[in-house]
Amino acid sequence: MASIEIDAPGTTQLLLGNEAIARGALEAGIGFATAYPGTPSSEIMGTLAPISKKIGIYAEWSINEMVAFEAASAASLANIRALSSMKANGVNVIADFLVNLQMTGIGKGLVLVVCDDPGGMTSSNEQDTRPIAKWLNIPLLEPSTAQECKDMTKWAFELSEELGMVCMVRSVTYLSHTRGNVRFEKLPEISNKASFNDIYDIDNPRQSRFTCGMQFHPYKQSEVLLKKISKAPEKFESSPFNSYKGPDTPEFLIISSGICSTYVAEAIGVLNLQDRVGIVKLGTTWPLPEGFITKQLERSSNVLFIEEIAPFVEQSVMELAASLPPDRPRPTFYGKRSGHVRAWGEQDLNLVIQSIASVAGISYQSRKTSSTDYQSNSDEAAKILPARPLTFCPGCPHRASFWAIKNAIQLDGRNGFVTGDIGCTAMGMISPGSFQVRTYYAMGGGVGVANGFGHLDQFDFHQPVIAVCGDATFFHASIPGLINGVWNKSNFTLAILDNSATAMTGFQPHPGTGMMASGEPGNKVNIEAVCRSLGVHVEICDPFDLNAAVTTLLAMMRNEGNAKVLILRHECELVRARKTKQKLFKMYVDHDKCIGEECGCNRLCTRVFSCPGLVWDKEAGKAVIDEAVCAGCGLCADVCPQGAIVKEAL
Amino acid sequence: MEELKKEPLNLIIAGVGGQGNVLMSFLIGSALIRSGYLVTIFDNYGASQRLGAVASYIKIATKDIDTSPLLHEGDADVIVGIEPIELLRNLTRFGNPEVITVVNTRPVYPIGVISGEEEYPDLNKAMQTIRNLSAQSWILNATEEAMKLGNTIYTNVILMGALLGSGALPLSKTVMEEVLKEELPKAFDINKVALERGLELVRNPTNN
Repeated sequence: MASIEIDAPGTTQLLLGNEAIARGALEAGIGFATAYPGTPSSEIMGTLAPISKKIGIYAEWSINEMVAFEAASAASLANIRALSSMKANGVNVIADFLVNLQMTGIGKGLVLVVCDDPGGMTSSNEQDTRPIAKWLNIPLLEPSTAQECKDMTKWAFELSEELGMVCMVRSVTYLSHTRGNVRFEKLPEISNKASFNDIYDIDNPRQSRFTCGMQFHPYKQSEVLLKKISKAPEKFESSPFNSYKGPDTPEFLIISSGICSTYVAEAIGVLNLQDRVGIVKLGTTWPLPEGFITKQLERSSNVLFIEEIAPFVEQSVMELAASLPPDRPRPTFYGKRSGHVRAWGEQDLNLVIQSIASVAGISYQSRKTSSTDYQSNSDEAAKILPARPLTFCPGCPHRASFWAIKNAIQLDGRNGFVTGDIGCTAMGMISPGSFQVRTYYAMGGGVGVANGFGHLDQFDFHQPVIAVCGDATFFHASIPGLINGVWNKSNFTLAILDNSATAMTGFQPHPGTGMMASGEPGNKVNIEAVCRSLGVHVEICDPFDLNAAVTTLLAMMRNEGNAKVLILRHECELVRARKTKQKLFKMYVDHDKCIGEECGCNRLCTRVFSCPGLVWDKEAGKAVIDEAVCAGCGLCADVCPQGAIVKEAL
Repeated sequence: MEELKKEPLNLIIAGVGGQGNVLMSFLIGSALIRSGYLVTIFDNYGASQRLGAVASYIKIATKDIDTSPLLHEGDADVIVGIEPIELLRNLTRFGNPEVITVVNTRPVYPIGVISGEEEYPDLNKAMQTIRNLSAQSWILNATEEAMKLGNTIYTNVILMGALLGSGALPLSKTVMEEVLKEELPKAFDINKVALERGLELVRNPTNN
């Protein structure tokens, strides 16, 4: 795949948006980069970390976004350009620190890259991070192509230094995960030298000079902050990332930013509206380049906003228009407020074509819909398509863990339930996890809400509560919740589904794996040692030993009055398979023993257990292993009541 | 660089998580860049590491034009299916009377089919539907052919060979081989055989 570290100015490479962001940071001469994995942001650090040693930068997967951003801020304060990247939810985690960092300002360039997930395709929620930039007075850039990902990230470092504050670059899934042509510029000679210029005068402490200032009077810092951010618009006015394309006085104007501006540009071509519509593409979306926008608003009395998630630019431009003198033209605004643009979910080319066509008052026929026969045959064919929902991978230890949890809850008989957490374990909400997860919020939220459920006994609540988190999530945000439970004697069991990987985001290391981002060994942090140091009762089971896992969990659920920890430990099958490139078992179904529909189990193996590698052969009326999919983990052999599923060690 | 029949020329690769969609789109994209084209590739793989629906959109142009990473309804020119139902899913959304399809016949059953809540369509009927909805369709059991070479992992290179043979993309075998050699140097010899096998299957179709 692409090498982002090559010093080949003028050459063109095929880069992911996220790889281009990493390249932009290198062209800006960063010395320090931190991140916490989260789709769709993970490839930024995924690209920087493996080459960090070679190119002489420090790169770290941090324990969570807060520490990541705090560490990057320290590098900036010590005069090293620093990058921190995360998904939208991560910005919620760093919000408190970010608010305070805005009070002090920074040293060298500090860039926060946030990758939003419109539609929440790989997230627990859908959220737009841009209003946070406005709320905290952070300059905000929105690239629209892989090339701009590189160029704007590079520029963000300059802006950050000129304004003396952190600068935010916002990407989205469809940009972060798109590969496009990127033209490289020169890599700077790195001569980073850190220095933290605090001067503490021991004889005369009141004369000490601190980089960050003392914050006894926050309102004074607010004044400084507002002065700094007021300088941003003039830098944006002449930015090449803001542009207008179209006739001088179009019938209507479309204002868009980021990836949506590429949909708009393509849609105008598809609809053949080049002569009727003007396109304002904004790369700098907060603060607004007011002069540039005001000039564009004068071109037309109709303005359509195309953007995804929040009506962020729409509202900001309407605010601006409301502040213009009364003799200025007041355009009619179309967008999310008027109902011409869908107010939720991601945008795509189809939706944008429809929105523009509706405002232009035209109808649109695609190559598909222009043939009635084709369309009706196509629609008919679409009806027979089965859905392909999320599932645990074949061989996934979480399938075993949730199978054990489900059985323990049934045996206990008091209507117990699982409070879930973020990551692969969240699939405990759906069929592969036997529908056990009943709450699902934020990193660490599983054990957090378990603290509350575990204190409801005085209100006649006696359902056992099992909080579930993965190993990475345990380190990220579950430890304070566990400590709270220990301290306040909350009645829950925390099941840590330790698969020794941050699996959902692509197998990044964490403290429990002992590896660091660079690939070098760090100091391994032992999950059970952390828990035991709190005085918690800890048990450890391999979930593939189903009987032991069920019995142990059942006993813990019945041992009431305290927080307990059960570690269900088994390495992620994908990680194991990558290392050994071999299956553990050859699996097959003994069709003499499988009695199919005659068996009282009612197809427990496929109907309930539902592993993609074990399928129902309709003609034979029996279960059968799909060799191309089966990972050879052996678990299903323990599920079949007839013992018809055979595992042979390889 | 050849002239394209349409700009951008849109290719979709459809499959299931774990089948190698992302690597395949990267290899084809690299071959196109090497041939002088501008490309944009979006890999839509959602949240699950394995067995979710995956689609890669590759948009090809000879010059810098206004284009986005996504396709709109009915605008695919070529669709390759590593899994038949995933091909059909994309065909019913992005297909049109001129579309060319290349399809692997080996199904991967979704979890709802395994649990008995949903039906997997009859494969022969599905192939007939794919033919009906395509201007030209190349149907092959690439997984079975890959197993003959020793591993299902060669499925995608066989499909790439078939795609070359279909003539639907402005790519030469030489460029494709150069890319395979550069990106997968250790497995080059066997992948070269797989590529050739795919080409042969299109030249001498057995079931099309």
